[in-house]
Amino acid sequence: MTHEQTSLAFRENSVRALKDSALRAAMKQAADTFGTKRADAFAPVADLEGLRDRASAIREEVLANLPMYVDRFAAAANRAGAVVHRANDAATAREIIRKILADRGARLIVKGKSMVSEEVDLNSHLEAAGMEVVETDLGEYIIQMEGETPSHIIVPAIHKNRRQVGKLFADRLGVPYSDDPQVLTKIARTALREKFLSADAGISGANFAAADTGSLVLFTNEGNGRMVTTVPPLHVAILSIEKMLPSLADLPAFIRLLPRSATGQPITSYVSVVTGPRKTGDATGAKELHIVLLDNGRTEILAGESRDILKCIRCGACMNVCPVYRTVGGHSYGWTYPGPMGLILTTLLTGMAKSHPLVDASTVCGACVEVCPVRVPLVDLILQLRRRKVREGFSDPATMRGMALFGKAAASPALFALGQRLAAAFWPVIRALGGKDVAGRMPAPAKTPLRRRLP
Amino acid sequence: MNVLLFGTCLVDTFFPEAGEATVRLLRRFGAEPVFPKGQTCCGQPAFNAGFDAAARAAAEHFLWEFDGNMPIVTPSGSCAAMVKHHYPQLFRDDPKRLAKAKRAGERIYELTQFLVHVAKAHEAGLRGKGTVTYHASCHLTRTLGVREEPMTLLSSLKGATFLPMPDAARCCGFGGTFMAKLPEISIALADEKAASIEATGADTVTGCDSGCLMNIADAVRRRGMKVRVAHIAQLLAEGL
Ligand code: SF4
Repeated sequence: MTHEQTSLAFRENSVRALKDSALRAAMKQAADTFGTKRADAFAPVADLEGLRDRASAIREEVLANLPMYVDRFAAAANRAGAVVHRANDAATAREIIRKILADRGARLIVKGKSMVSEEVDLNSHLEAAGMEVVETDLGEYIIQMEGETPSHIIVPAIHKNRRQVGKLFADRLGVPYSDDPQVLTKIARTALREKFLSADAGISGANFAAADTGSLVLFTNEGNGRMVTTVPPLHVAILSIEKMLPSLADLPAFIRLLPRSATGQPITSYVSVVTGPRKTGDATGAKELHIVLLDNGRTEILAGESRDILKCIRCGACMNVCPVYRTVGGHSYGWTYPGPMGLILTTLLTGMAKSHPLVDASTVCGACVEVCPVRVPLVDLILQLRRRKVREGFSDPATMRGMALFGKAAASPALFALGQRLAAAFWPVIRALGGKDVAGRMPAPAKTPLRRRLP
Repeated sequence: MNVLLFGTCLVDTFFPEAGEATVRLLRRFGAEPVFPKGQTCCGQPAFNAGFDAAARAAAEHFLWEFDGNMPIVTPSGSCAAMVKHHYPQLFRDDPKRLAKAKRAGERIYELTQFLVHVAKAHEAGLRGKGTVTYHASCHLTRTLGVREEPMTLLSSLKGATFLPMPDAARCCGFGGTFMAKLPEISIALADEKAASIEATGADTVTGCDSGCLMNIADAVRRRGMKVRVAHIAQLLAEGL
């Protein structure tokens, strides 16, 4: 599963997705369900706005002092017995992890869900080194079997329905076909149990990292996160630097906000806090813990005008409500992170040259801003990127010319009125040139515009 | 009371009837609209597409045309939002224009805002007929914060029945230049909106933004639905 970035083909990708009726039905149904469950889950939360303010302020504090918190975290994790590695880019992170695993002769690796590991394309690198990497999150397990990438940051297989999964399992695992989610979960669990018990190492991500205690915090629903981090003798965690929280005491606000925003659950089934490797007397835990802190462009983003995207806690709520995401699905965006937060992060992490169509992949309706638990100003960030796209010359020449003309006409009533007359006179031509998808959807200009009807 | 009427480029060019209806409504409620003849466009299409220079040119012109102390009324939630919330962003490094922009922002009202809060039109016994549903356009709802006013007016219509739309505040797919940049997705979203309208069974759908209504009208036409699409100004003016 390699990540060939196809963001430049966003429009083509989305047109293909629009024709996939199974995908559209699955997306719509899942996004609707999460949207409704989110609303219900927040209904009993008193002072939700206050809670969002608090969470936003904590994230703001982290960004304002990020290098300090990262250092604090690294020192505390070290004291707890973990080995902390820093990776400036994706290639370094992959190589650090490969080496840790290879040095210990690891061959079978179980993995918990981690978008950062997708970002650095870890699996293919380890597989190329001859290791077997098994995703253990049910959604990830499904898409790994299919050879796909996640299409949602919380629900990786959101684009599939249970009949497709049933068929996939029957084909690949040789089990009798079933489309009962419970049966399918049981099948996956049985297959995975064996892997957990014989794995040489576990790789996980982290939802948060507490700077004061050096602890990793993982939210999971299936218990696989706990297994990955405690059953194998070696645990390697990879996380991006902005996942810091100043203190473990800040965690409750996020326990209340993240699962509710993500899946509409009051809390996830498991909240694991991992502080260092197993100590003498501990009943569980990996014997050895390595933590890879990934920068991969974050320091640069932090110094720029789009820094607020780093407040994001990856709950996925913005995608569930985004009209574009829920219509075309995550794969259309062509890289690891989809939806409103994803198009921003992708453009910043991979560069305008590789992603500029994404900044137009939003109606800027603001539904995302309405739900974001930590108040990431997503619309402002998207508009900012559009300005950058223009500045950096990635707008097509026709749009550039059109907008220059628009600016002139908007500042000159005579030119504006002339434009109106010309549009009315030449509408049939404009309609023919504009094609049925654009001009064909507009009515003809009025014979007498409002300005000539009023005294 | 005199008010300045901002027709918006879309109403001016494509939907002058909605502008005339706005004039009739304002007069009925004691506000005499003055139409600055040199008005053009608020600059929103350029601003949303990232073309700040063009947007600033439009905004500067707007501020000049609509200078003064009179309230400004416009039959468009997104244009009112543009002036109120985005002009200050456009001129954040230009103190003189920033002050002017902020004053304009304080003076501008989207039509239903003016009708409910200033003119108290919903208390006046307007009439309507048939069944009406309402699309809550994005910038009106989320940027300007106008949520209740249009529904207050519609539910006060004597003789008409207001039918709420499922997911009324979900984007119709217009999105200004989005409509032209990603037409396939825009059409898919408009189709979904049309289905929501159909689900209400209403014979008329209305809203406060001509751009969205234009997009919706196209979807309704394409699907062969027998629903009338009318700007809220037209619908309200019919009951005068
Ligand atoms: S931007 Fe906000 S809503 Fe979207 S994933 Fe991040 S935290 Fe969640």
